[in-house]
Amino acid sequence: MTSTSPAQQAEKHVAPQADHGDAARSWVRRIAEGRAWLFLAGLIICFEVWSRMAFGATFVLNPFNLQSIAIFAVAPLLLATGQTFVIISGGIDLSLGFIMGLAAVVAAHATNMAGAAIPLPLAMLAGILAAVIVAGVPGVINGLLISRLRVPPFIGTLGMFGVARGTAYLLAGGTTVPVQNSWFAALGNGLLFRVPYLVIITAIFVIVMHYILSQTRFGQHNYAIGANAQAARRAGIDIKDHILRLYVLSAMCAGLGGALYAARFTAGAAQAGEPLLLDSVAAVVIGGASLFGGSGTIFGTVAGALVIAVIQYGLVFVNVEPFWQFIAVGVVIIISVLIDQAQRRFSGARQDE
Amino acid sequence: MNSAAPLLEVRNLSKHFGAVRALNDFSMVVRPGEVVALAGDNGAGKTTLIKAISGVYQPTGGEILLRGQPVSFSTPQEAREKGIETIYQDLALADNLSIGANIFLGREPMRKAFGFLPVLDRKKMAVAAKETMSRLDFHVSRLEAPVSNFSGGQRQAVAIGRAVYWDAQILIMDEPTAALGVPEQRKVISLIHQLKAQGRGVIFISHNLQDIFAVSDRIVVLRRGVQAGERKIAETNHDEVVKLMVGG
Repeated sequence: MTSTSPAQQAEKHVAPQADHGDAARSWVRRIAEGRAWLFLAGLIICFEVWSRMAFGATFVLNPFNLQSIAIFAVAPLLLATGQTFVIISGGIDLSLGFIMGLAAVVAAHATNMAGAAIPLPLAMLAGILAAVIVAGVPGVINGLLISRLRVPPFIGTLGMFGVARGTAYLLAGGTTVPVQNSWFAALGNGLLFRVPYLVIITAIFVIVMHYILSQTRFGQHNYAIGANAQAARRAGIDIKDHILRLYVLSAMCAGLGGALYAARFTAGAAQAGEPLLLDSVAAVVIGGASLFGGSGTIFGTVAGALVIAVIQYGLVFVNVEPFWQFIAVGVVIIISVLIDQAQRRFSGARQDE
Repeated sequence: MNSAAPLLEVRNLSKHFGAVRALNDFSMVVRPGEVVALAGDNGAGKTTLIKAISGVYQPTGGEILLRGQPVSFSTPQEAREKGIETIYQDLALADNLSIGANIFLGREPMRKAFGFLPVLDRKKMAVAAKETMSRLDFHVSRLEAPVSNFSGGQRQAVAIGRAVYWDAQILIMDEPTAALGVPEQRKVISLIHQLKAQGRGVIFISHNLQDIFAVSDRIVVLRRGVQAGERKIAETNHDEVVKLMVGG
């Protein structure tokens, strides 16, 4: 017999060693996690220098520029907050762009219809509410397809992309639907202490979403499911129910985005969110989430959305042909993912002894 | 050496899948502070047995008694609530979460911020993580670090820690040393000794006879769904166990 007896083994009592916090490692991780904010700072400095050299004018200290960038960022950010939840869970929601379009059309119609019967401010609220609720319907279908019928999120939401798109165009009669409601127009274009209402609404919404993701069981389970769905199931988490609520939540984010679009342009258009879907995914990825699931934060996504908005607005501001935007955003996405990979290789891998 | 009342008793348990008798008329007991090894070749019925005990499968026949009371579980959650915890080979940890968050996964404690806003009670999770892990003689400096930062043996300790925190009386460990290097295997073996010292019952499944002899009090051998033999570790040796496993 070659083995030691239980008694001998117990005497040795080799307990697992404590881990040792490695300062250098955690610094690398911190930089990688905050990379979206570093990008943002770098871009703002670039545009500031460029602007001063080319026009002798400030870029970032001009309140009009800041307003415009914030307004630019609102719609993609609303889609991206929902997308952040979905991507952290290991899924993806491709239908958000056209759910936003559908919601914009519904918001316009509902506001107009309600405006005929009730006072304008109430009609505005009814329109927003209708947009968010109607947006929840494709969300429920997405959630059921993915959780009950085991359709992969990419395919299920791609199907819903088409369904929402067609429905939105049908509802809009193939055109844009103008909104006749002065309150709604004021909401979309008014300012409070030089801050647009849209930005204030979005900021409050983002803080609520941050709270849900970082401080509630729903958020915690979302991270767990993205990292190891099997472990989450074994821990007793109802994954089907979670996934359903998740896709409803993301669709409702797009619904709010559509309603605010209708407010800003005083019209609902089916194609409102068409170019924003991929921007939303890009914002989440630049913000530090992994498409494999399990990581990401709302504030990272905020930075990601601002990076995209600064590139888009900044290049227009310094008078570069707008097509460079696509190249610049594309390069930022690739660099961001490369940093993430490098960080994982350097510090994310398990510390084997 | 251990004549206490059985913690867990399995009587004439059977599980049939159609015509396949994965487990047939199987009986065993686990007493407090006892480590019982389950050995057997692939397909011998070890996994079926632990799944029947832990509520994944409903047995076709026979009964399970917990402290003398007959029990039946329709889900693994019910078994867990009664104190039977299974620690899977692939660990079932969420790698991106801290030790505390893993211990509390699915049962997170909440507190009220500013007196009204419900938020996750991370402090409670961290304190519980620290206490639990130190009970297992495992001292962590970075409680907020995700468990992906830890080595295989440390992660195994986290999985065991979760069971200990929720006061599991029976721990079923499926190949807990299989994916580990030799020093890490020794650490897991020492963890099992501690569980034993705390008076818990452990069912230990392994292909590694060396580990089985290092940690178990008794060994139960399964062959083609039936009990092929039961021996006290002190009264047997590798050759005899191998013979029981392969038959003949």
